[in-house]
Amino acid sequence: MRRHISPSAVVWLVFGGAYFIIPLVATLLFSLNQQQTGHCCSLHAYGTILHDGAFWSNLKTSFLLALETIAIGLLIFVPTIYLVHLKVPRLRPVLAFLALIPFVIPPIVMVVGLLSFYKGSPTWFYAKPWGFLAAAYVILAFPYMFFSLDAGFRSIDLHTLTEASQSLGASWATTLVKVILPNIRSACLAASFLTLAIVMGEFTIASLAAFHTFPIYIQSINESEAYPAAAVTLMSFGITWLAMLSLLFVGRKRGGTRLLAGVR
Amino acid sequence: MAYLELQNLHRDFGTTKALDGIEISLGEGEFLSLLGPSGCGKTTALRLVAGFDRPDDGRIVVDGRDVTRVSPNKRDMGMVFQAYSLFPNMTARQNVAFGLRIRGQKRTERDQRVLELLELVGLSHAVDRYPHQLSGGMQQRVALARALAIQPRVLLLDEPLSALDAKVRVQLREEIRRIQLELGITTLYVTHDQEEALSVSDHVAVMYRGRIEQMGSPAEMYSAPATPFVAEFIGTMNRLEGIVVDGGVEHAGKTLQIEEARQRPRGDRVLVLIRPETVEVDRANGASPAANTLVGDVVTQTFLGPVTRLKIIGTGVDVIADVPTQKALGLPVGTRVTAALPAEGVRLLDLKDDLPEIAEEPAPAGP
Repeated sequence: MRRHISPSAVVWLVFGGAYFIIPLVATLLFSLNQQQTGHCCSLHAYGTILHDGAFWSNLKTSFLLALETIAIGLLIFVPTIYLVHLKVPRLRPVLAFLALIPFVIPPIVMVVGLLSFYKGSPTWFYAKPWGFLAAAYVILAFPYMFFSLDAGFRSIDLHTLTEASQSLGASWATTLVKVILPNIRSACLAASFLTLAIVMGEFTIASLAAFHTFPIYIQSINESEAYPAAAVTLMSFGITWLAMLSLLFVGRKRGGTRLLAGVR
Repeated sequence: MAYLELQNLHRDFGTTKALDGIEISLGEGEFLSLLGPSGCGKTTALRLVAGFDRPDDGRIVVDGRDVTRVSPNKRDMGMVFQAYSLFPNMTARQNVAFGLRIRGQKRTERDQRVLELLELVGLSHAVDRYPHQLSGGMQQRVALARALAIQPRVLLLDEPLSALDAKVRVQLREEIRRIQLELGITTLYVTHDQEEALSVSDHVAVMYRGRIEQMGSPAEMYSAPATPFVAEFIGTMNRLEGIVVDGGVEHAGKTLQIEEARQRPRGDRVLVLIRPETVEVDRANGASPAANTLVGDVVTQTFLGPVTRLKIIGTGVDVIADVPTQKALGLPVGTRVTAALPAEGVRLLDLKDDLPEIAEEPAPAGP
């Protein structure tokens, strides 16, 4: 049956679409302007960015940081939320409350607090993005990780699956890895996407803690060169989407179509 | 010698006594059903045997070994759950193979065993289907095969048929029994459906408020209920309150001549239990009724197939009787009838003040 779309719905869709698309198109057009004349069209701005070594190194730092944050986050939160659901469900509201804290506390307050808290910790941790910054980002990603995973755990019959697996001889760890994780794969993917997007775009903490990440690079370009700044903004947008798509692809490759069918 | 023993099991949840001193002794290869209404403790008992919960007191012994403190993944108990419990990310074959993989069995042996089991439960055509591609009945068959794959010491079934429709339920319970007998596996089956319990078990234990009211063969439970609760829960029963007098029991102003009453002191308050199929119903012909016969009007007829259940109400009389459907056609609602109660084979129980209320089963007629 073909669904009828009312004219007012079309108007709202166009309006909503325009809200997101117009700034992107405007940025694209601006980025194509020639450096000298200020008129269309040249790819010079893109060339400038792509030939800048700092672009690649900062992009790499942010991307690896995102992967590290995702790995640490999943490693900490999956078993924690699993055990809370299974053994101490009354603690779930407490976790949900804790998960809201990174939303409520402004990043500027958080970074000042974290910097003074970690002051005096070893240099390999304090002075490296893989240490201090990753630790801060795990906290920042906590709400996104928690609510995605929580929804995933709630969508399956956790108790029955766990007990069935245990009665067949599986330990806790085996049950989690072989039975539970494959069935909350889409929740893990969602948590990873959100974390990736956050880390790729986080500015305040990286800036105040004086680390060179991708958003810091965009900011520095923004201050010095107008057209390349527009180009790098668009590129960062594209790169984040590409990264998400590749994560989706990797995550789904093994699950295939049963991913959706399995999690009912 | 007992293979599975539950010794004096106690389990409290807050102030509720879920299990209050359960004693069960089951021989190897026997099939015991734990039967009772919701909240009677039957599932709690099963979960203690499976190891998902620990008793506050008491022991669970399997084949002479105390397993009370053994964790569930080391107990070798096969369990089939009420809820669909297949792993959604695995095919039927992978589900059945799961326990064997955990045990590190060789692939060739494993594959063969999995196929044998799926054939045993009649699903050799669906080995590569995922749970969401299987019907409820098929899922429970796979769950049964999966539980049997590990060659468990005891098979535990927690209301495995309650989510299925009536026809599949009957079919599957017969298959469970066939497979259980074929493999000779000791089985503990939890259900609230008395018909299910009576039809497949070697022994039935009726539970109420965390205790076992009575345990025996299905025939014993039906013909000789030991407590009013068991009488109420198993089958349908007329419960007539009365007082022991010389030569019988006084009920509704009449003296019913009942053999068993002779051994009781006069004045005892008793409950007379009479199965509806033993009540003889005839059209009242105006003559004074014979001994043990109550008079009343047919107020409802319930068609049950070969028999029709009549509810008969008169002055102080409220009984139900099952009569052949053919005969019931001649006794329409409003007919004045006589209901002759048998003198022998009637059970008398002490009348306690707290007669149980059972939600699942409508209480049979009683004054």
